[in-house]
Amino acid sequence: MDVRIWTYLLVGITFALYIGIAIWSRAGSTKDFYVAGGGVSPLANGMATAADWMSAASFISMAGVISFSGYDGSVYLMGWTGGYVLLALLLAPYLRKFGKFTVPDFIGDRYYSNTARTVAILCALIVSFTYVAGQMRGVGIVFSRFLEVEIETGVVIGMIVVLFYAVLGGMKGITYTQVAQYCILIFAFMVPVIFLSIQATGSPIPQIGMGSSGSDGVYLLDKLDGLSRELGFSEYTSGSKSTLDVFFITAALMVGTAGLPHVIVRFFTVPKVKDARKSAGYALLFIAILYTTAPAISVFSRINLIETVSEKPYKSMPEWFSNWEKTGLLSFDDKNKDGKIQYLADVKKNELNVDKDIMVLANPEIASLPNWVIALVAAGGLAAALSTAAGLLLVISTSVAHDFVKKQLKPNISEKGELLTARISAIFAVVVAGYFGINPPGFVAATVALAFGLAAASFFPAIFLGIFYKKMNKQGAISGMVIGILLMLFYMMKFKLGTFDEQIPDQSEWWFGISPEGFGTVAMIVNFIVSIVICRFTQEPPKEVQNLVENIRVPSGVKEAHVH
Amino acid sequence: MENSQNQKQYWKENIRLLFILLSIWFLVSFGAGILWVEELNAIRLGGFKLGFWFAQQGSIYVFVILIFIYVKLMNKLDKKYGYDD
Repeated sequence: MDVRIWTYLLVGITFALYIGIAIWSRAGSTKDFYVAGGGVSPLANGMATAADWMSAASFISMAGVISFSGYDGSVYLMGWTGGYVLLALLLAPYLRKFGKFTVPDFIGDRYYSNTARTVAILCALIVSFTYVAGQMRGVGIVFSRFLEVEIETGVVIGMIVVLFYAVLGGMKGITYTQVAQYCILIFAFMVPVIFLSIQATGSPIPQIGMGSSGSDGVYLLDKLDGLSRELGFSEYTSGSKSTLDVFFITAALMVGTAGLPHVIVRFFTVPKVKDARKSAGYALLFIAILYTTAPAISVFSRINLIETVSEKPYKSMPEWFSNWEKTGLLSFDDKNKDGKIQYLADVKKNELNVDKDIMVLANPEIASLPNWVIALVAAGGLAAALSTAAGLLLVISTSVAHDFVKKQLKPNISEKGELLTARISAIFAVVVAGYFGINPPGFVAATVALAFGLAAASFFPAIFLGIFYKKMNKQGAISGMVIGILLMLFYMMKFKLGTFDEQIPDQSEWWFGISPEGFGTVAMIVNFIVSIVICRFTQEPPKEVQNLVENIRVPSGVKEAHVH
Repeated sequence: MENSQNQKQYWKENIRLLFILLSIWFLVSFGAGILWVEELNAIRLGGFKLGFWFAQQGSIYVFVILIFIYVKLMNKLDKKYGYDD
C-alpha cells in the first residue's frame, strides 16, 4: 500500500479511537470536568502526564535540535526531565493534599486574597496561550506534510477533534485519550529508531547503540566528533554555549517544568498523596523512554546525513533526498558548480540547508523502512500535538470557569451552570488557539520556549514558599509574582522580539551573558528575593492560613478534591 | 500537643530527605553534566565521554531512580509517624 493510504488509515483509526474514548468518558460533573473525578490510577495518570507533557516539539523537533547542537542540546534533555524531580519532591504531594482543582485555587486560598488569585489566573493564561498556539501549528504542519492538505485545513481538523473530546469529556476525557496517545506516540517514536540502531551498530537498544561502534570499529560519537571537526562544526560532544548560559537555561527549563499549570493540575486527579508521588515517578519514567532515545536518534541521523551527502554527487542522492527537497525542508544550492554537495559549517561555502525536523520525520525513509512505519510517525506526531493542546485548553477553560467565574464573579452559580461555562470557555479557547495556529503571530515560535521562563518566574516561587515557608504572606507572594513575570516579559521583549530597539539587540548586550531562554532563572531568583523581603516588612498571615500550611504538610486525611 | 510534636518531627525528617535527594539531583545534572563536564570527559564509558553521557543519558536515569526512592522512603516515613491511611 502507498504511504498516503497508510497515513489516512492510521490517522483515521487513531482519531476514531480518541473520539470513542471521549464518548465513553463524558464528564457528568464539574469534578469530572476539572480533575477527572479524582479517581485516576497513578499508572494511568503517569501515562497521561507524559503525553500531556511531550508536545509536537518533543516528538518532531527535539532530536533534530540536538543533532545540530550536540552537547548544547543537553539543556533540553536535563531541563525537561529534571523538573519532574522538583515537581515530585517539592510540589505535587502537597498540592494533592490541598485538594482543590487548580493552581490559582491554591494561590488564592494560601494567600487569602482574590488579588493573588487573579494574578495567578493571568499568569496561567499567559503561559498556556503562548504554549497552545504552537501546538495547533504543530498539528497543522504534521497534516500538511503527511496528508498533503493545507496547513489551515490541518489546523481546523485538529481543532474539531480536540474540541470534541475536550469539551465533552473535560479532564476525564482528556486523561483517557492521553493514555492512548502516549502508547501511540511512544510506539511511533521507538520503531524507526530501533531499526536505525540495529543498522548502525547491531544493538537494538538505541541508548546503548549511541555509545557503541559501527562496522568499522570506530565509536559513533568519536566518528561524529571527527566528521564535525573536518566540516568546521564545533565538536559534537563539547558544544559552543558558555557554561554559565547552559547552567541557567537548564535551571529555567527545570523550574519552569515544575511550575507549568497544565502539568501540576494532573496531580489533582489521583486519589491520594501517595498516588501523587508515585504517579510523578511513572510520568518521568515514561518521559525518560523518549528523552533518552532522542539523543541516540540525533547521533544516528547526523552521521547518516553527513555520510550520505558530504562531497557526494547530487545526482547519486537516494530517493528520500528528492522527496524531502519537494517539501522545502532540504535544499541544495551548488555554489561552486562542481555537482557535488558541500555540507560545511562555513555559511558562504555550505550548499545544503537542512531543517531540523527532518531528523525525525525522514528517519523511516532513510532507514528504508516499510510505508506503514512512515504513517505511524505521522500518527505519533499528531498524538503528541493533540494531547498537549488538550491539556492546555483544559487549564484555560478551568481558569475562566472555576477560578474566575465561580470564585469571583458569580459564587452562587449552579453546578450545571459552572459545567456549561467550562464547556463554553473550552470552545472559546480552542477557537482562539486555532486562530493563532492559522495566523501565527511572529512571536509565537519565539515565545513557546519562553513559556518555561514565565512559569519559573511566576508560579514556582509562590507555590514553593506557600508550602515550605509558613510565614509567607500575600503581600510578598503577590509582589514576587508580579515583578517576576514582568521582568521576564521585559527581557523577552527586549532581547527576543526587539520591542524597545530598532532591531533585536546583539548577544553581547545580554545581562551577565544570559540568553532570554535562561533568564527565567534570574527572574525566579528575583521573585524569591522580592517575596521574602516584602514578607519580612509586612503582616504575618492569619492563623487559619498557617494551620492550612501545617495541614498540607501531612499526607494523611486527604479529602477528595471537593466541590464547593 | 503530642500530635504537633509528632508532626514537627515528621516534617524535619521529610526536609532532611529532600535535602539529600535534591543534592544528588544537583550533582548529576548541574554538577556532572554542566560544571565538571570537561573534567569528566577525560574519562570514558565505552563509546561515551563520561561528562557527555551524564548530560544526555545518566542524569535522566538518576532522576527516575530518585523519584522512586523518594516514593519508597516517604511511604516508610508516613508509616513510622502514622500518616498512612
